[in-house]
Amino acid sequence: MTLELRALTLTPHGGAPLFPALNLSVPPGMIYTVMGPSGVGKSTLLDAIGGHLAPQFRLQGEIFLDGLNVGNLPAEARRIGLMFQEALLFPHLSVGENLAFGLTPALRGRSARRQAIEAALDRAGLSGFFDRDPATLSGGQRARAALMRTLLARPRALLLDEPFSRLDAGLRSEIRHFAFEHARAEGLPTLLVTHDESDAQAAGGPVHLLA
Amino acid sequence: MKRAGRGLRAAVLAVILVGFALPIAAGAGLTLAAALGHLPALGQAGPTLAPLRELIGLPGFGTSLALTLFTGIGSTLLALLAALGLLARFPAVLRMMPPLLATPHAALALGLAFLLAPSGWIARVIALPMGWQVPPPFATVNDAQGLALLFGLAVKEMPFLLLMLAAAQARLPMAQIMAAGRSLGYSAGAVWLKLVLPQLYPLVRLPVFITLAYALSVVDMAMILGPGQPPTLAVVLTRGFTDPDPAMILPASAGAVLLVLLIAAVIGVWWLAERGMARAGRRWIMRGGRGRRLNLALPAALGQGLLLAGVSALLLIAVWAFAFRWSFPDLWPEGLTLRGWMWGSWARPLVTTLVLALATTTLALVLAVAWLEGEDRGQMPRARWAEGLLLSPLLLPQIGFLFGLNGLFLQLGLQRLPAVFWAQMLFVFPYVLLALSDPWRSIDQRQIRAAAALGAGPGRRLFRVKLPLLAAPLLAAAALGIAVSTAQFLPTLFMGAGRVPTLATEAVALASGADRRAAAVSGLLLAGLPALAYALALGLPALMFRNRRAMRAG
Repeated sequence: MTLELRALTLTPHGGAPLFPALNLSVPPGMIYTVMGPSGVGKSTLLDAIGGHLAPQFRLQGEIFLDGLNVGNLPAEARRIGLMFQEALLFPHLSVGENLAFGLTPALRGRSARRQAIEAALDRAGLSGFFDRDPATLSGGQRARAALMRTLLARPRALLLDEPFSRLDAGLRSEIRHFAFEHARAEGLPTLLVTHDESDAQAAGGPVHLLA
Repeated sequence: MKRAGRGLRAAVLAVILVGFALPIAAGAGLTLAAALGHLPALGQAGPTLAPLRELIGLPGFGTSLALTLFTGIGSTLLALLAALGLLARFPAVLRMMPPLLATPHAALALGLAFLLAPSGWIARVIALPMGWQVPPPFATVNDAQGLALLFGLAVKEMPFLLLMLAAAQARLPMAQIMAAGRSLGYSAGAVWLKLVLPQLYPLVRLPVFITLAYALSVVDMAMILGPGQPPTLAVVLTRGFTDPDPAMILPASAGAVLLVLLIAAVIGVWWLAERGMARAGRRWIMRGGRGRRLNLALPAALGQGLLLAGVSALLLIAVWAFAFRWSFPDLWPEGLTLRGWMWGSWARPLVTTLVLALATTTLALVLAVAWLEGEDRGQMPRARWAEGLLLSPLLLPQIGFLFGLNGLFLQLGLQRLPAVFWAQMLFVFPYVLLALSDPWRSIDQRQIRAAAALGAGPGRRLFRVKLPLLAAPLLAAAALGIAVSTAQFLPTLFMGAGRVPTLATEAVALASGADRRAAAVSGLLLAGLPALAYALALGLPALMFRNRRAMRAG
């Protein structure tokens, strides 16, 4: 699984392209960092790759995942996981139900699904949290639950949109470590957008500067 | 998916054009034709001004016109003044507004009649110290001057204006404005009148015009509280349209067109008066008086009076519905009884009202969700023109197109109940869509993206994420739909031709009768149905999401 961008540009309606044509290739398990000042279009780039681009932008170029052009697929068919600044757990579902929402439908049977979710909760240090209200979780617990929800969908690539910027310093390195470790273990090509040098250093991969 | 979304929206749009715009346009057109003497069903061909001449020749026409203007403009001014006073001095009363707003006009009017009538509760309070043994001999409801109607309309419209004003005020930086003004030495009342009001009023101009148009064309409340000989113009027209002599349709249609023009003229004059007020206000501000003795105590007291009257009216309905014997000048009935409920004559109107309310609200919700979801899927911006089209049945006086609409439905061979259902939909759907569209558009779009990134397609996103997130607004929109449907009087009267009795038509019919208890039973059910719907809309989300803190906060 490799994520490749070929001559990708994003142009707002009636404006100039946000950045020069982008070419990059992210092999499995690599965490590729994209940096740049705010407003340069980092989040828009992730929206485009994930299939969530707002209609006022025009996308040119190609997005390949595993050798397949996914640029014309709807978001739900791309299987590209997305993590935001906030965990965005669905507030009407319990923590376990949130994970179940993510868990791939390929896994069948009530007890098998429940087991998979409990195992994921264990790995996130959230054992026994199945019935908890997400609003009662701490920031770090929420971030770990959201990552587990994303991984249970068995994505083929991972996009991280400054997912650590709302966390305080101690928690930040812990969650970062947790996310990177899981991304590498699952062999996911990962694209990290940040404006924090320490994130890029921890990622340990190549860094591209958008300007 | 984008194309499917456009298809969905095109389908909803087609339903709205065929189901809403065309019938209203045809209804207004047929009414206009009849106003000009063109009514093939009666063998009449126009155009001629004979219907207008006949209308003007009706006994008491001039008085009707004057009464309409006096009650319509007077009640709007009174309600606006009272709402401004309450907002400035007692914003805490805002929490009482939704239940009063949900009370149908007919129910409130009935309660106010119990309060204000010569043998009403106020007269009984006065009778005690004065030693009256019989009710005073002058009319205090249905008075020839229309004062009871003016008061009743003000009681009913004040909550609407207050809620609109509060919503507008929330958009102003109130704390900063007050601090800036008071630090320059202006009194709180002066800051409010000189700085807040000029910014606030333009934001509520449309609600004020809606109130004005409504007050000038109201029928149910005017039948219960207004003068009888002659009544206001809208009641004259209703009598004409429902007269056993079908020839009366012609002058009534001319009157309907005249009423629409009258409303437009009054709004025009109101708008000119606004500009005059604004000019005078600017001169007043220029003089720089600090207004140390200026306060809004009087309008606020007026607001409290209207509020008290409204609440008392509702309580009186409840007591009357269970009163055993309650003769003048007793303040409380001799006993309580269920006798009024035993005949069961309320059962059929209740069932009809319930069926209509649930059916219209369900269809309106489905259409509204399809409309908004089509917008999302087609990635289309909100269509202001379509929303404007939907608002037209709310702005156009009902009497201006209901007769023509009835003619159209008769030609289509529609049965009475479906015709009433369709006519009610014209008013239920716009309100439901209006109530739902802002919460819908303020869903956190990242939640939807998160769902899509987890592989959820459009259907799963709608049913598993959007609709559950919107549970509370959906229920609130449903409660509003039920309140609107329950309150419909004129569409039910016209389309049902008296054969589809609902609680609203029963309450109006019984209001003029001798049996106060029977009227109160209908009135209590009429007021109770929307109140119950609102209670459920508030209570259910709290129950459904008792373990979901973030769902209860918003």
